[in-house]
Amino acid sequence: MADSPTTTARPIASIRARTLQLTPPRWVAFCRGAAPIVIGVALAVLLQFYANRWFGGYREKILIDIGINIILAVSLNIVNGYTGQFSIGHAGFMAVGAYTAGFIMYYGSFWLFGDTQFHGGILSATTDPRGLHGPGFSGGDLLFPAALIAGGLVAALFGFIVGLPSLRLRGDYLAIVTLGFGEIVRVVIETTGTVLAGDEIGGQPWYRLLNRVGGPMGFGGLPIYASSFWVWVCVAATVLAAYRIKASTMGRAFLAVRENEIAAASLGVPITRYKVRAFVIAAFFAGVAGGLFAHEIGNMLNAGELGFLKSFDIIIMVVLGGMGSISGAVVAAIVLTILPEALRSVSEFRMIAYALLLIVMMIARPQGLLGIHEMWDLPYFRRRRTGGKTA
Amino acid sequence: MTTFLQTLMDAISVGSLYALIALGYTMVYGVLRFINFAHGDVFMLGAWFSFWVTTKFGWAGEGAHPSIPRALTVMAIAMALCGLLGYLIERLAYRPLRFAPRLNVLITAIGVSLLLQNTGQLKYVFGTENQRMPTLLPATTLATVAGVNITLIDVIIVAGSLVLMGVLDRLVYRSRMGMAMRAVAFDPHTASLMGVNVNRTVSATFVAGSMLAAAAGFLYATKYPNLNQPAFSTWTLLGLKAFIAAVVGGIGNIRGAMVGGLLIGLIEQFGVAYSAPLSHGYITGEFKEIYVFALLILVLLVKPSGILGRLTVEKV
Repeated sequence: MADSPTTTARPIASIRARTLQLTPPRWVAFCRGAAPIVIGVALAVLLQFYANRWFGGYREKILIDIGINIILAVSLNIVNGYTGQFSIGHAGFMAVGAYTAGFIMYYGSFWLFGDTQFHGGILSATTDPRGLHGPGFSGGDLLFPAALIAGGLVAALFGFIVGLPSLRLRGDYLAIVTLGFGEIVRVVIETTGTVLAGDEIGGQPWYRLLNRVGGPMGFGGLPIYASSFWVWVCVAATVLAAYRIKASTMGRAFLAVRENEIAAASLGVPITRYKVRAFVIAAFFAGVAGGLFAHEIGNMLNAGELGFLKSFDIIIMVVLGGMGSISGAVVAAIVLTILPEALRSVSEFRMIAYALLLIVMMIARPQGLLGIHEMWDLPYFRRRRTGGKTA
Repeated sequence: MTTFLQTLMDAISVGSLYALIALGYTMVYGVLRFINFAHGDVFMLGAWFSFWVTTKFGWAGEGAHPSIPRALTVMAIAMALCGLLGYLIERLAYRPLRFAPRLNVLITAIGVSLLLQNTGQLKYVFGTENQRMPTLLPATTLATVAGVNITLIDVIIVAGSLVLMGVLDRLVYRSRMGMAMRAVAFDPHTASLMGVNVNRTVSATFVAGSMLAAAAGFLYATKYPNLNQPAFSTWTLLGLKAFIAAVVGGIGNIRGAMVGGLLIGLIEQFGVAYSAPLSHGYITGEFKEIYVFALLILVLLVKPSGILGRLTVEKV
């Protein structure tokens, strides 16, 4: 680039002038920053109103599954990919978020609206027909995002607690602690009592209800709020946050920790603080994904389902897509959600295929398909972007 | 008092099984410095191979009658099969990654673990049904001390574990192969310069560890004859607890694994027996897993090298 004719033809007065010349006007910068959010929300609105009409109910549900898996894979990528730690308890954070959000939506609905039914409006509607003749905007549309964020925050608190031992642990030990955390969450949830029905809740203090989340039978009766709109808004927020983090100072520190902890520490990167931060951020998004999962159509929230195997599913997405690549994780999440649906007839071989894939991948291409790169960093896309010239 | 002694008896018998499995984790960690996640699944397959051999020989159903020679035969065959399996795992999955970063080896180990579980539960292999292990040892009670029955099975488990641990201790500290193992554990490069065949030594370590796991699997199946299907989470948890035993005792340290196994057995069994009575029913026996993981986190925070382990400094 430096010796291309356009830049050398004009003499540069000073570095400052050149910087100003390269800096876009403020409004352009603002639009560039806001564009992903606007596009994401627009896409979510579009899917909310047209996904069912275009693809049908079953495919809309698959799209929602894909969205939730993208959030999980991209968030786990922050810990496993960027920071090089190894968490196998991601489903545990998901369970924490799912039960927190479920608790708020079920019992909170009762306190606010008088019963535990669905109270959402046009944005949360998942049944057909939707559109301008739908129920409009309703209180549930505010309660649900609040519950998702609360689920994320509680999960993030647990992420902080799990991240703390990483002060002393590295690699394999940390993996065991996260696995143990996931199991502890499952065991504790399974010791809780049955869910109270609507007419039994009245008069009970809130702390009495904390252990009424279903136990081994699962948290039944949760209202269905996870519409295409909420799922894809969360996907947009997660992907954008992951991308911004990767490009920020924090992201550079994460990558430094991953490449060599001792070198990073000797260059003044507080490695413990960054590891804990990675855990907290990843746990927050896993909690949000859990909240969406709990209120998805056709799902029954059950702690038994959010065990090792769910965590492994997410790990496989991250490893396959590339440790540290956001677009890789997104593509892997899409492929690995559609594939089991397409191969339902040979489903007993699914986990065997995953396991072989993991082993072969580690031997043949240990950094994953894309490694740390994004899809648009590939030579193929590069060449097209720079108009045939190689950068 | 009777409850206490009975719990103690169970704890020693379960603890010696944990110790047997923990030995495999600790030996592999000592030599290759990574957690062989698939070891718990080798233990699971040891139990299932025992079941398979017993039914193949027609020693189930009509032809079943308890006898010690039969039990020994089944155990020997299960150990041989698992030893072969351990060799194959090391040869095919881990050897290509001998000099790869540890994270990659860890992911491979998880892959191997998933592969073993899910191959095991195929309908052409062991299927997804729970099975009942045929009785191979007579359910006789040898003695009753203070109301506690000392059964033959418990005695055999404890005695068998002690014998196997003795053999292993001799193998590691008194034989040429053991000297090679300790040399490779100390420094693989120098060991290979001194003429130690590193590949063969690592293979031997895997085979020995897998055979111990198979023996533990057999003994487990005789004590708890209701075998869960291969991919059931009970097996993963058992493997994890054995791994925790290895860490608590000091990973890489053979005698530490034995101490850690017994400790985990004690915590788990006393947790099951006394949680509910001591907390007036607020905490149930389900919490035993939580105690074990809490112990792990405590040990890692207070003395990360384990009870009998020595501290190693990470060098640049």
